[in-house]
Amino acid sequence: MTATTHRSSNPAAQLGYDQPPARKGFFTDTSICIGCKACEVACKEWNMVPEDGLELSGMSYDNTQGLGASTWRHVAFIEQPKSLGGQESNLQHEGVDALALAGGMATSPAPSTRTQVDLGMPGTVLPGAEGDAGTATPFRWLMESDVCKHCTHAACLDVCPTGALFRTEFGTVVVQDDVCNGCGYCVPACPYGVIEKREGPTGNDAVGLAQKCTLCYDRLKGDLEPACAKACPTKSIQFGDLDELRERAQVRVDQLVAAGETGARLYGHDPDDGVGGTGAMFLLLDEPEVYGLPPDPVVTTRDLPEMWRRAVLAAVTMLAGGVAVFARERGNR
Amino acid sequence: MAECHPVGFQWVMEAKAKGAKVIHVDPRFTRTSAVADLHVPLRAGSDIALLGALVNYVLSEGKEFREYVVAYTNAATLVGEDFRDTEDLDGLFSGYDADKHIYDPSSWQYEGSEVAAAAGHRDAQYSDRAGEDSSEGQQRSGGGQSHGSGGPSISGDPERDETLQHPRSVFQVLKRHFARYTPQMVEEVCGVPQDVFRQMAEAITANSGRDRTTAFVYAVGWTHHTVGVQYIRTAAILQTLLGNIGRPGGGIMALRGHASIQGSTDIPTLFNILPGYIPMPHAHRHENLADFVQADAGTKGYWGNMPAYTISLLKSWWGDAATADNDYCFDYLPRLTGDHGTYNTVMRQIDEGGGGYFVVGENPAVGSANAKMQRRGMANLDWLVVRDFQMIESATWWLDGPEIETGEMRTEDIGTEVFFLPAAAHTEKSGSFTNTQRMLQWHHQAVEPAGDARSELWFYYHLGRIIREKLAGSTDPRDRPLLDLTWDYPTEGPVAEPSAETVLAEINGRDADGNPLSAYTALKDDGSTSCGCWIYCGVYADGENQAARRKPGQEQSWVAPEWGWAWPANRRILYNRASADPAGKPWSERKAYVWWDEDQGKWTGHDVPDFQPTKRPDYQPPDGAKAEDALRGTDPFIMQSDGKAWLFAPAGLTDGPMPAHYEPEESPFENAFYAQQSNPARETHSRPDNRYHPSGDKPGSDVFPYVFTTYRLTEHHTAGGMSRFQSYLSELQPEFFCEISPELAAERGLEHLGWATIVTARTAIEARVLVTERMTPLTVRGRTIHQVGLPYHWGSNGLTTGDAANELVSIALDPNVHIQETKAATCDIQPGRRPRGPQLLEYVAGYRQRAGIDELTGTEANRR
Repeated sequence: MTATTHRSSNPAAQLGYDQPPARKGFFTDTSICIGCKACEVACKEWNMVPEDGLELSGMSYDNTQGLGASTWRHVAFIEQPKSLGGQESNLQHEGVDALALAGGMATSPAPSTRTQVDLGMPGTVLPGAEGDAGTATPFRWLMESDVCKHCTHAACLDVCPTGALFRTEFGTVVVQDDVCNGCGYCVPACPYGVIEKREGPTGNDAVGLAQKCTLCYDRLKGDLEPACAKACPTKSIQFGDLDELRERAQVRVDQLVAAGETGARLYGHDPDDGVGGTGAMFLLLDEPEVYGLPPDPVVTTRDLPEMWRRAVLAAVTMLAGGVAVFARERGNR
Repeated sequence: MAECHPVGFQWVMEAKAKGAKVIHVDPRFTRTSAVADLHVPLRAGSDIALLGALVNYVLSEGKEFREYVVAYTNAATLVGEDFRDTEDLDGLFSGYDADKHIYDPSSWQYEGSEVAAAAGHRDAQYSDRAGEDSSEGQQRSGGGQSHGSGGPSISGDPERDETLQHPRSVFQVLKRHFARYTPQMVEEVCGVPQDVFRQMAEAITANSGRDRTTAFVYAVGWTHHTVGVQYIRTAAILQTLLGNIGRPGGGIMALRGHASIQGSTDIPTLFNILPGYIPMPHAHRHENLADFVQADAGTKGYWGNMPAYTISLLKSWWGDAATADNDYCFDYLPRLTGDHGTYNTVMRQIDEGGGGYFVVGENPAVGSANAKMQRRGMANLDWLVVRDFQMIESATWWLDGPEIETGEMRTEDIGTEVFFLPAAAHTEKSGSFTNTQRMLQWHHQAVEPAGDARSELWFYYHLGRIIREKLAGSTDPRDRPLLDLTWDYPTEGPVAEPSAETVLAEINGRDADGNPLSAYTALKDDGSTSCGCWIYCGVYADGENQAARRKPGQEQSWVAPEWGWAWPANRRILYNRASADPAGKPWSERKAYVWWDEDQGKWTGHDVPDFQPTKRPDYQPPDGAKAEDALRGTDPFIMQSDGKAWLFAPAGLTDGPMPAHYEPEESPFENAFYAQQSNPARETHSRPDNRYHPSGDKPGSDVFPYVFTTYRLTEHHTAGGMSRFQSYLSELQPEFFCEISPELAAERGLEHLGWATIVTARTAIEARVLVTERMTPLTVRGRTIHQVGLPYHWGSNGLTTGDAANELVSIALDPNVHIQETKAATCDIQPGRRPRGPQLLEYVAGYRQRAGIDELTGTEANRR
């Protein structure tokens, strides 16, 4: 870990680390994810994250349902009435709305002139509306392994009053159990809803404390790649120097677009986005919303300096006004 | 493959990244389909119709790799005049005995010769050769594994017509046989539209030939059928016609259900074969070693060396006690008297009772067909030993099994003494895994097993040691086989674990001086060599554990010969002589693999040539040549006594020399191909606890109008012993569910996430409902057919519990390998939870009554 050429891109460099290594991160290529969830299990095994509930969600094969204090990797499964570029699924549906008919619910999609973003929920769009009866129904099954984004501008870190959250020499954002006081400020601060306080019986590990992906800080210290990337059989999760991953991601997305996968796009790769780019970026095949990701995330502390400036100005103005009133009253005496 | 073998699937994804086209054939749209280029949903149980149509497409469009087919297959060989095809007999081959439901394969022979199989039923014609009457028991028991090695015996020289024009040439027989397997029939029978079929056919044929090869991958989706072996045969015929065998990027990969299932057939846990696919001897009258090898050893091909392989095995097991004078202790081997397979054993347990049962790393109360029968069998034993990581259902059925709930069993009435012994995991012991490509990889112990957990090696070694101690001094001749065993493995560590590497060294074999052998070609038939499994000979060459080699791929050639060790002789591709043309030159630069080097006078290339190293391509065997010397320089399939790949199997199969589409034991449809409904040689066992459904147009078939198929999920492992007790896996798939299409949900009023009851004549189970478009209705023979998907992992114990899908499955078996049909059967599905207690029995009895089911249902020879 002796990359000095990339140091400029590592936010750790601005924090006084002496010759930090190149910024590390993830590139998750969802186009080759097979939804095996090995990342989820490897993460829990390595980091000793407890079980997060035994609930059949009914949301395709996604029973994990989202990131949280006890889920640091989450594989989303999206069944979509759309075709994958170059794929033929050959499913033959007659335009029956799965959930509506099965549940006896009436679905009458609200008439709208706006283009609706398909959220990938099974049965929200009548398949018959997209294809002729008798021909193959458009269908694809998207899978995406989500994780903490390790933002360049990390709001969780900004708001942490104890210093439990800190920026590592690898440019990642890590929370320390033994420093966290459980105030929970970081929870609403995260624009992705990643960090959470662990619930459970008092006395269990880290209950009441903020928890999230550490990008396997301990493994990185030992020159090992994070557990999820190590376990991923198809290299959907790639770990490495962020600058290099960014280049690799661009090559891959260009390749997919050229091959007709026009929905392919990168997410979190742009240093000019609302969080200054992320340490964990993704290649998606549809709008971020489809995967449950915010389309335009903004670091929630972005406006804090301005707010503080205004607050101070207001205070000064008020103070000045007060002084003026006081002075006048005095003068009137 | 992505669902059940995600780690192996990385190579498919890698191939895809390099431009390979991935086609996925499956009734369901799975995680494999999600990344495939083409998903072909079909009706479960119709694969031979699809594969047969691919064969017909190749033959009728002239897409076969002609030079390969003429030179390396039996296409030119003439079939005897007595043979009659399904075309002549409307779905039957000649030799069928309608009373016994078995075939006499003698009319399937080549013209002018007699051949025994390379694998499988090598013994089927034993009686003829040994001059005895054939018996049904012999037919039923012989079924060996059809994969791996094996060899034919042949007498005489079969006649050939290299122009492939003779009407009785295998090529013409094949052409006529498959002519009715048309794209129209695929659409009719499989529910696969003709244009989808054509797309598939064109992709496969365009990607086969001199420059390109296509690989097939299958798992139990092909094998778990009453005609499962013939599914694989159809794929083998297709791949052989296309020249995709023995060449890089080709082949047919059999994916296994666990680590080292390949290993457990190489060194078998099966009743009918010995290590290295040597058949288990039958209880033939007066049989001795000479009779045994005479009946089964080939005179041509490597099976001609069967005496050396067998005697070395006997020397390995009985050491100095095995001498030429006592037939090398051949009489110590048990003999077959019939089918001693799992299901037959279970039925004997129920019917006769008594005896013991070792259940090791299996969970038959959940994982085997007709789970109720499995439990009833276990309830009728003297003793039962369950070795597992967890308290699985097979260890607790006597306390809380489904029969206790229904009142069919009472704990206090069960006499079986049950022993539960905790087992060590693979990380807690050393040993080898053999994977599907026949590669052995060694794993080293990482930690000592916790508590009383012990390895299988520990358990059996010490069990044997204690039994031998108890028998010491016995003069009873029946104890000699145990007392004479070589059973002297050194033990090590705190729990006295036997040295696994010592066992590996014994399997590898030793010469007369005790030195490790380096290749099976060194094995002798004079008792001077010992070898525990001839195909593994060389795994301990030079006294080193070759399976433990882990040289990274980037530090060696692309064939990676120094990663692990592959049998035989560290060959990575079998029959690789076929990767070169008859003159010994690679078929193409792109697919060069092994070739003849004229200057050096030997075969060379990227892999270990699967051929005698200095046998010239123009070699012609002299008169009287034996074994491998009797094969020509152009005969790559060296385990076959004719050296050819078999498009037509004159021996070795119990249900026909060529595949034919038969409907599953339970099907909503009549067979559109022939009057013969289902595999005429399939094994049915109609009994009150194992009744079958009416099929096709038979009255009552509409009571069970849907097809169900069982399968695994990535998140769980087989019958759940390794996953349902793990919170990290249980939370990923926390409940038993069934998968159905929106259309079926509408038809039956099933609610997403609600409950469904799934019913067969065996019983009814309940599952949560997942409505998904991944399950598609299909149009078959003009009707819409719905399929119900059932993962089979669940049982009553563990962190996530549910009914077991195998409760629904009947015992109806493939006649070659006695495997159950879990992949296609019929059922009903209704909303709501199933009845509890005795009401469940009444509920299912009502179904049987409405369908008019009796002991004859589904057992007929099934001719319309």
